[in-house]
Amino acid sequence: MSGANDPYDPKEVAALSPENLDAAVQKAREAFSAAIDLDALAAVKPAHLGDRSPVLLARREIGALPPKAKAEAGKRVNEAQSAVKAAFEERHAVLQVERDERVLREETVDVTLPWDRIPRGARHPITTLAERIGDVFVAMGYEIAEGPELETEWFNFDALNFGKDHPARTMQDTFYIAPLDGSEGDSSLVLRTHTSPVQARTLLDREPPVYIVCPGRTFRTDELDATHTPVFHQVEGLAVDKGLTMAHLKGTLDAFARAMFGEHSKTRLRPSFFPFTEPSAEVDVWFPEKKGGAGWVEWGGCGMVNPNVLRACGVDPDVYSGFAFGMGLERTLQFRNGLPDMRDMVEGDVRFTQPFGTEA
Amino acid sequence: MRIPVTWLVEHLEFDEKPTPDQLAEAFTRIGIEVEEVRPLGPVSGPIVAGRVMEIEELSEFKKPIRYVKVEVGPDQVNNVICGATNFVEGDSVVVALPGATLPGDFTITARKTYGRTSEGMICAADELGIGDDHSGILVLPSGTAQPGDDAIELLGLSDTVIEVAPTPDRGYAFSVRGLAREIACAMDVPFGDPGTVEIPEAEGEVWPVHIEDRTGCPRFVARRVTGVDPTAPTPWWMRRRLMLAGIRSISLSVDITNYVMLELGQPLHAFDAAALQGGFVVRRATAGEKLTTLDDQVRELDPDDIVIADDSGVISLAGVMGGASTEVRDNSSDILLEAANWEPASIARTVRRHKLPSEASKRFERTVDPALAPVALERAAKLLMHYGDGSIKPGRTDVGAPALPEPVSMPIDLPDRVAGVRYARGVTARRLGQIGCQVQVTTSDDAQTIVTAVPPTWRADLTQPADLVEEVLRLEGYDTIPSVLPPAPPGRGLTEQQRRRRTVWRALAEHGFTEVKPFPFISPSVFDAFGLAADDVRRNTVSVLNPLEADKNVLATTLLPALLETLQRNLARGARDVALYNIAQVTLPKAQPVPVPSLGVAGRPSDEEVASMLAALPQQPLHVAGVLTGHREHAGWWGKGRQADWADAVEAARLAAKAYGVSLRVVASDLLPWHPGRCAELRVGDWPVGHAGELHPKVVEALGLPKRTVAFELDLDALPLEDHRPAPMVSAYPPVLLDVALVVDASVPVQSVSEVLTSGAGELLEDIRLFDVYTGEQVGEGKKSLAYSLRFRAPDRTLTVEEATSARDSAVAAATEAFGAALRA
Repeated sequence: MSGANDPYDPKEVAALSPENLDAAVQKAREAFSAAIDLDALAAVKPAHLGDRSPVLLARREIGALPPKAKAEAGKRVNEAQSAVKAAFEERHAVLQVERDERVLREETVDVTLPWDRIPRGARHPITTLAERIGDVFVAMGYEIAEGPELETEWFNFDALNFGKDHPARTMQDTFYIAPLDGSEGDSSLVLRTHTSPVQARTLLDREPPVYIVCPGRTFRTDELDATHTPVFHQVEGLAVDKGLTMAHLKGTLDAFARAMFGEHSKTRLRPSFFPFTEPSAEVDVWFPEKKGGAGWVEWGGCGMVNPNVLRACGVDPDVYSGFAFGMGLERTLQFRNGLPDMRDMVEGDVRFTQPFGTEA
Repeated sequence: MRIPVTWLVEHLEFDEKPTPDQLAEAFTRIGIEVEEVRPLGPVSGPIVAGRVMEIEELSEFKKPIRYVKVEVGPDQVNNVICGATNFVEGDSVVVALPGATLPGDFTITARKTYGRTSEGMICAADELGIGDDHSGILVLPSGTAQPGDDAIELLGLSDTVIEVAPTPDRGYAFSVRGLAREIACAMDVPFGDPGTVEIPEAEGEVWPVHIEDRTGCPRFVARRVTGVDPTAPTPWWMRRRLMLAGIRSISLSVDITNYVMLELGQPLHAFDAAALQGGFVVRRATAGEKLTTLDDQVRELDPDDIVIADDSGVISLAGVMGGASTEVRDNSSDILLEAANWEPASIARTVRRHKLPSEASKRFERTVDPALAPVALERAAKLLMHYGDGSIKPGRTDVGAPALPEPVSMPIDLPDRVAGVRYARGVTARRLGQIGCQVQVTTSDDAQTIVTAVPPTWRADLTQPADLVEEVLRLEGYDTIPSVLPPAPPGRGLTEQQRRRRTVWRALAEHGFTEVKPFPFISPSVFDAFGLAADDVRRNTVSVLNPLEADKNVLATTLLPALLETLQRNLARGARDVALYNIAQVTLPKAQPVPVPSLGVAGRPSDEEVASMLAALPQQPLHVAGVLTGHREHAGWWGKGRQADWADAVEAARLAAKAYGVSLRVVASDLLPWHPGRCAELRVGDWPVGHAGELHPKVVEALGLPKRTVAFELDLDALPLEDHRPAPMVSAYPPVLLDVALVVDASVPVQSVSEVLTSGAGELLEDIRLFDVYTGEQVGEGKKSLAYSLRFRAPDRTLTVEEATSARDSAVAAATEAFGAALRA
């Protein structure tokens, strides 16, 4: 080792020569460039940036230089080391990007593989339709009323102005109930043939004004076939207030039809007969998507509440008037969704219900 | 009712003849439902009248075949093969000659058949499209036509038949008279009423009649025609009209009664007067009495049936069907014609009781015009005199005084107020007059204009102002009523219960269940398959008197039978992994049934009466049930999936309850049809609300279901509506997580241990989760190890490990005290 003031040995400090340092930097660059991945780069790193790397070894020689030369040599070494470091970082960054890309590439999967591990469920379209109708009327200010399926004849017929032996009563093809005490004779109980008993129940229960709808299950002794089912669903509507007219009934039905079948839908009333309404009408709906071209489709029944019904429920027909309407949900679905066979709705084959999902 | 257009318009005066479609449209617009508009035929080409000259019977075939020589024109004879045998030589028939086309695009050609050449076809009524009758070929009354006459014109084959279905309140519309009047109103054309026949004065009674039951029979009228030629044929025009109306021709007298019924709406009966024994008594049947009706059925009569009796006993089930002993026969020449009014309700009951609907009863049930009986009889007697060559006896029996419609008054603007329309002045009075009312307009004391209408005799349905209103509105047209949306008062939206039910409905579907809606009718035998004890409450069912399937005659007390049947159907159709649910009412009769009180409808029943009626109804709570079989998680490229097990049923039930806002507790239970060791009773607090678990292997076997099928059922209406749910306080301080493993007896239910740990740990415990259950050598026989992770957190500070540990130790101590739980080493 030379003293501070010793003349330096040019041989000893050859490592500090610009040529040598440039060569070391060049070598390092070559070595880094030759590294094909991060592991190879890490392997060659000590040889060019480690304690025994040429540039660091050269730095040790600085002390042997005369003071005048020290500054210049120091600067050279620093520059060389920076250059090596930069070369390393540059290569490292490139290799890291390459590595990241490769990893992502290697992790690629076939996203078209079927993924149905958790089975999906579905709601019956009748349920969805009933909810939707409920929502339409709730939005108009109506409330949803309910009633039992096994009903007294008083609610199902008497209160609705069906005379005891009137043909209208037998037309309904009623399921009759055996006396509950096991005796012979008449139980005065039936499976409700329509949702209309809810009209009487509601009027007995509340003071007008009353605006309600009632979706529910109903029963008639029709054999099950492509167009009939003994168990089906209706939605009943009832409004009782001061000054209600048939024009209001028509307006309500039109709004209902638009909500169900689109903005361009409308209804047509044809005179008909129901004991619990007078005047009575059948409701046809204009259905633009009807098979074979837009046209009228029979949809349900309606009318102005018969004063006899109001009286039986304690509502003064001289003060209040009302309208009522009822539609079959199966029928609505049948033409709205083009269902070919009524049996599909009752048999419970999951392949029928599944496509409806949770919202039809 | 079917009616040919030519008959319908006979009593109407049109400036321009309407098309059948225009008539149908008019019917529809005023409320007479049109079921079908059926043009006759179509037929074309040479169809002619022919005379049968010679019949050769061919006997070498399986059925009788005739080779017939028919004269089909002057000097023209064709040979025709015919399979019918209801004609003789000399008969007048209809022949379709080669080149003719019959309905169904059936073209006639000369052809070889049965070894002969057939040059045409002898037609039956249905082949010509004028009726349903295919019992033989159409034989025309003699003198109707000459051979070679054009049969298309002769048979009126260019007519159209309209089939209408009047509503049950409009009895009058079951007649040409009533329907023509409706068209007159709808199209504003003049109408000549065929029901206004002059009734000649009668000389005395024609037959003694005593009405015992004036309620059942308000009026009874009889007329007698003697010397009728029993061989006289029914004229072709009448036969044709009957045929087109769908009524078979029987004999002149019977055909006339049917014809007059169709024309006027009054059913008539023709008795063979020679077969009658003494005067008539109209009364209720006595128990045990029997009657052989026209259809040769012996019917046991009910004391509620109204009958006509003579000295021989009951001879007619009044208003429904005549008796066989007094019916008109081939040799009857002394005919007693009867027309009456019968109480509609009584007729309806008799029809129902004997399952015997008839053309007559259909009209009586809907009320027949009480003024019509003598008119109809006069018409029938004259026809019988004319076509049967008989003479009308001068006497007439007419007993009883039927009630006539009462006048109805209303403010003249009531139709406007009901419709929401301002009708032109005079509309109400004009329309009411048009339907036959006598109308009077007056001014009341309070200066209101009142219209009073006396309904015509045929409109017994007009009893209150609303009925008059409907007449005005329907004739003015419902299409003139505007569409106005009424402003409903603000509603309260869905009820709490309705909202929560919807959530349950949706939650199960989102959870992988598919909703089905099976019928509520089940077979009681399913409870045997379930292995239920004889006194099991679920066997206490409500029976349907007239089920569609005889063996499915009771209403479900549980949703499982129908749901399992639906599962079977899906499996039979090839499904393997199935999860179904159903939300529906079940019917649970009370242990002590209460009879339904009899209530009137004149006014509101009292609150007590309403309450007693509601109390008589069985409970009908809303249940939710689900069944699962096969994979709960499918097998696939990711692995082998997971079979549904008891825990999936419990989970689904808890999920449903959770969606309702209720957390269920679970205790081990033993209830069929569930597996005795894998049945969970679901509770709210200590209140049982349902069951879930694996089905009993024997039940699974009995129902042919896959092993390990699981199910749950929950009473949604038993779930409380916890409507006040305070918001939780969410602590932002860090938690302390501690695990603990406890060894307890294998028989100790996990839920009990969890509950004790939770209460023992105190308020710092935020969450407790069982993450492992271990049984085996390391914990010893009859023991199990339960590994929990506990999460502690303080609301107001960072919890120290010491505090958390102390809380855990308290929890363990509680479990030790309760179950002898030991910390696992």
